[in-house]
Amino acid sequence: MVAAPFCAFKCTVSGSYNRLVGSFFIVCWRGLAANMPTVGVRRELLFKALGRAYTDEEFDELCFEYGLELDEITSEKEIISREQGDSKAAGASDVILYKIDVPANRYDLLCLEGLARGLQVFKNKLEAPRYRRVRPVSGESQKLIITKETEAVRRHAVAAVLRNITFTQERYDSFIELQEKLHQNVCRKRSLVAIGTHDLDTISGPFTYTAKPPGDISFKPLNQSQEFTATQLMSLYKTDSHLRHYLHIIEDKPVYPVIYDSNGIVLSMPPIINGDHSKITLKTRNVFIECTATDLNKAKIVLDMMVTMFSEYCLQPFTVEEAEVVYPDGKACIYPELAYRKEKLSSEFINRKVGINESTEKIAQLLTRMCLRSRATGVGDEIEVEIPPTRSDVIHACDIMEDAAIAYGFNNIIRTTPHTYTVANQFPLNKLTELLRQDLAAAGFTEALNFALCSQEDIADKLGKKISETRAVHISNPKTAEFQVARTTLLPGLLKTIAANRKMPLPLKLFEISDVVLKDETKDVGARNSRRFCAIYYNKSPGFEVIHGLLDRTMQLLEVKSARGDGYHIQAADDNTFFPGRCAEIRASRSPPPRCNQPL
Amino acid sequence: MYISIYGNVSFVTPNHSGIYGPWGRHIRSLLRFAGLKYGGHRCGGDAPPSLQTLGDVISAELRSSKHWELTGEGTEIAEQGSHEARVFSSIPLEGLAQSELMKLSFGKIGFSKAMSNKWIRVDKAHEGGPRIFRTVENIEDQVREKLLLVQRGNSCELEEKEKNELKKRRLLSEVTVKSYWITKGSSFSTTVTKQETELTPEMIATGSWKEKTFKPYNFEAMGVALDCGHLHPLMKVRTQFRQIFLEMGFTEMPTNNFIESSFWNFDSLFQPQQHPARDQHDTFFLSDPALAHEFPQDYLQRVKRVHSEGGFGSQGYKYDWKTEEAQKNILRTHTTAVSARMLYKVAQQKFTPVKYFSIDRVFRNETLDATHLAEFHQIEGVVADYGLTLGDLMGVLHQFFTKLGITKLRFKPAYNPYTEPSMEVFSYHEGLKKWVEVGNSGVFRPEMLLPMGLPEDVSVIAWGLSLERPTMIKYGINNIRELVGHKVNLQMCCCYSYVTMYVLLN
Repeated sequence: MVAAPFCAFKCTVSGSYNRLVGSFFIVCWRGLAANMPTVGVRRELLFKALGRAYTDEEFDELCFEYGLELDEITSEKEIISREQGDSKAAGASDVILYKIDVPANRYDLLCLEGLARGLQVFKNKLEAPRYRRVRPVSGESQKLIITKETEAVRRHAVAAVLRNITFTQERYDSFIELQEKLHQNVCRKRSLVAIGTHDLDTISGPFTYTAKPPGDISFKPLNQSQEFTATQLMSLYKTDSHLRHYLHIIEDKPVYPVIYDSNGIVLSMPPIINGDHSKITLKTRNVFIECTATDLNKAKIVLDMMVTMFSEYCLQPFTVEEAEVVYPDGKACIYPELAYRKEKLSSEFINRKVGINESTEKIAQLLTRMCLRSRATGVGDEIEVEIPPTRSDVIHACDIMEDAAIAYGFNNIIRTTPHTYTVANQFPLNKLTELLRQDLAAAGFTEALNFALCSQEDIADKLGKKISETRAVHISNPKTAEFQVARTTLLPGLLKTIAANRKMPLPLKLFEISDVVLKDETKDVGARNSRRFCAIYYNKSPGFEVIHGLLDRTMQLLEVKSARGDGYHIQAADDNTFFPGRCAEIRASRSPPPRCNQPL
Repeated sequence: MYISIYGNVSFVTPNHSGIYGPWGRHIRSLLRFAGLKYGGHRCGGDAPPSLQTLGDVISAELRSSKHWELTGEGTEIAEQGSHEARVFSSIPLEGLAQSELMKLSFGKIGFSKAMSNKWIRVDKAHEGGPRIFRTVENIEDQVREKLLLVQRGNSCELEEKEKNELKKRRLLSEVTVKSYWITKGSSFSTTVTKQETELTPEMIATGSWKEKTFKPYNFEAMGVALDCGHLHPLMKVRTQFRQIFLEMGFTEMPTNNFIESSFWNFDSLFQPQQHPARDQHDTFFLSDPALAHEFPQDYLQRVKRVHSEGGFGSQGYKYDWKTEEAQKNILRTHTTAVSARMLYKVAQQKFTPVKYFSIDRVFRNETLDATHLAEFHQIEGVVADYGLTLGDLMGVLHQFFTKLGITKLRFKPAYNPYTEPSMEVFSYHEGLKKWVEVGNSGVFRPEMLLPMGLPEDVSVIAWGLSLERPTMIKYGINNIRELVGHKVNLQMCCCYSYVTMYVLLN
């Protein structure tokens, strides 16, 4: 749904953990910051927008303080040469690019315009702009009429107009790239929201957002020279490296979403592609923006982001022309919302939560530097904070508190020790495991550590068992056979460890104490862990007595006597995994019998 | 006083080994008597013989010299003449067919040499095939003459250049001779007492050890590899971390539940249902048992409300929260799911402050590489108390990392769906001379804590890191598979040193 060749804004979303040094410790909570977006900006343009030049170290420091990460300093040439080889990179630009990692909830920092604005306000060099929605000069606002048919596929839509905007190549590129970044992040790869931008002067309202069977939709899509039906487009884009990822969103639906103008011209077929007719160019002066969505709240956020970031380039900066969206039930709404919300909180709250002691006025100043315009109301230590439409991430007082802490500087906060008095306790099962492991190593056995996930074959076929006999839990989306099930026994892991270490001198004596997973109806999730101990003796002679000796030692440590009745004993057993007549069960007075034997 | 033993020479080249000279026999028998082998050749051929092991009876000094010697081919030539000379002499006056000449063993080499010496000529046009004739009447076989000189031990009469030329033709070779000059030692004796290798109980009982001499030990050698068991290196590091938490008064959480519902893993943590971490690409979902079926219902309703509508001072995420999504069973992606369960449990009683920790497995359905596996161990610490501040979190982290030997810390604002504020923990790496990320931390959001029923003025601070990375750095392992899983290198496992956390980072 973007209006430029896709190669121009190659997706640069990548986890920050690919970095060279920053990844020394994998941070476990990384999954939650996964898809931390990376924004690439030209250094000279950024510094121009910031009104001064920085050394790389200075800028890195600024990023750190603000919660950004200067991930990489590179150039287009370097990127192409790394990805496609030096020969392809020959003609590419060697203008310096900054790759900056942005927190996943800060959609307002996903483009040069927003980044520069945020940092300028942070450095007290700029007052956060006030974004205004205005009525069109003509008096008649653009209308987007939603029909009932959309309910079957993608029911929400919002719209707005950027009037008298001036594009340059850099602004245009940034405009396109922001759409792409939003699509990849808050829009969840266009599944929640899809953005379409159009040259308003090539189309005429009112616009109709409807849904039709794919065979009935026909138009010339972006950057194509002929018309296609929606059905044809879906097969055309099957091989498109970029668009094929979005086809699944509507592919199986009976009707596809489509937006027409009053003359029947197709603006777009969301969330796949725009029409070629209304594509924006450097010459475009008036932009009609529509966002179609399955999540209305996200659509409003995305529209607010698009217009707040680029209304800077309108004749009347930071103004956005409203559009009216009419729902199937006749209800009409005006967009963009550009809602400013006011929150009141006390400076005492912030001081108490952060662990600082600042005046109400000072805290109001700190918040204002984070684009949260604030003032002391004069009523006690009350502060009134205004949350702008760009800060959809601020949903609770704790978010405001964090911004105050960032502006104060995390590293300026005095580190204190809480006086929480507690007595430490070990988890009994882990305590026993720790003790037993020490003594098993002392008995000459070496500890192995194997994966909890494995293939069905590992726990069934290869042990001469049927998978249905195991109580294994099954994984629905494994990327390879190695992750089909959680192990139900430790034995396969130990056997594989031996197989991978055949160069070692014999005998090999290994053990593992770890959890297996079994289905268990009595648990809330229908499964439970079970702690197991498995040991293996590998030599040219069977050495049953060695493993038996280890069992006796273990039982001695556990204070279980060797006796029938009240104690333990072993007795012959049949098990497909083991050599006939060389398998014994360990019988204890109560616990279920584990196996003690020689693998086949 | 030196006793010079004439010609007491041992050759250490493969072909010549032994002890020569008038005393050779005596020395050899001395060695035999002492139970020693005159080793030296091939393995350790350059080492002086173990004469010294006899004590100070004799001492040996290594000397080496070089001389020239004929090769097999050289010897043949010295006896029968050079190939070219033999070719010359085998050609009668009436000539010889070339094909006949080539049948002779020396024919081919001798022919070309004789040709270049202009001793013979070839008549190619001769009827019956090319025929060879003598061109001179007499020849002088210089090659043979030179070789004979060497054979007689007069190689010094030849010039270096000539010798090298013959060496190139592989007729001569240069031989290095190593010899030992044997001199009388300080305890020289013509009889040798056998040295004892080990002390025995009998020697002690009879007191005979007093009269014995003992073969000295070689203290340079390594000891024997012991037959012992080893703990897994990653588990050793786990023990260290566990110890640190226990020292700090943290109680261990029961994390022995790999299967978790999306509810406890995500929803209870205020992580929205469309969050990318909840994608099929990032998380392992279960097909059997696919759904969890039991939740604290009133709590579930509060979670639903805070996500979809807000409340507890929050705007919420304003989306349609679905119980079906929360029911989906997964392999837990973090042990924070257990922290959520524990905090919920704490909230169901009269609140008392708690400090919790866990170190256990978590699972991610992600692309594997040298540093990422589908499962790894997460270390997590949690403190819940009245009025905890961000400064308290930093203070606790400082104490925790100080116990690891990491004292220089700084904090970067970050984003986590369930903590606010969130901080990445960076430590100054002395080796790399830069700040590296060592963990992640934050204050749990009120949207997570208040629906559980925790008092409003209770704050919960927490942090997490992985167990594998510090261990890999500690042991200099580049591929995580060498550390975890069945492809572990057991040999290496045995070589791991005792873990001192102080060197983890530096």
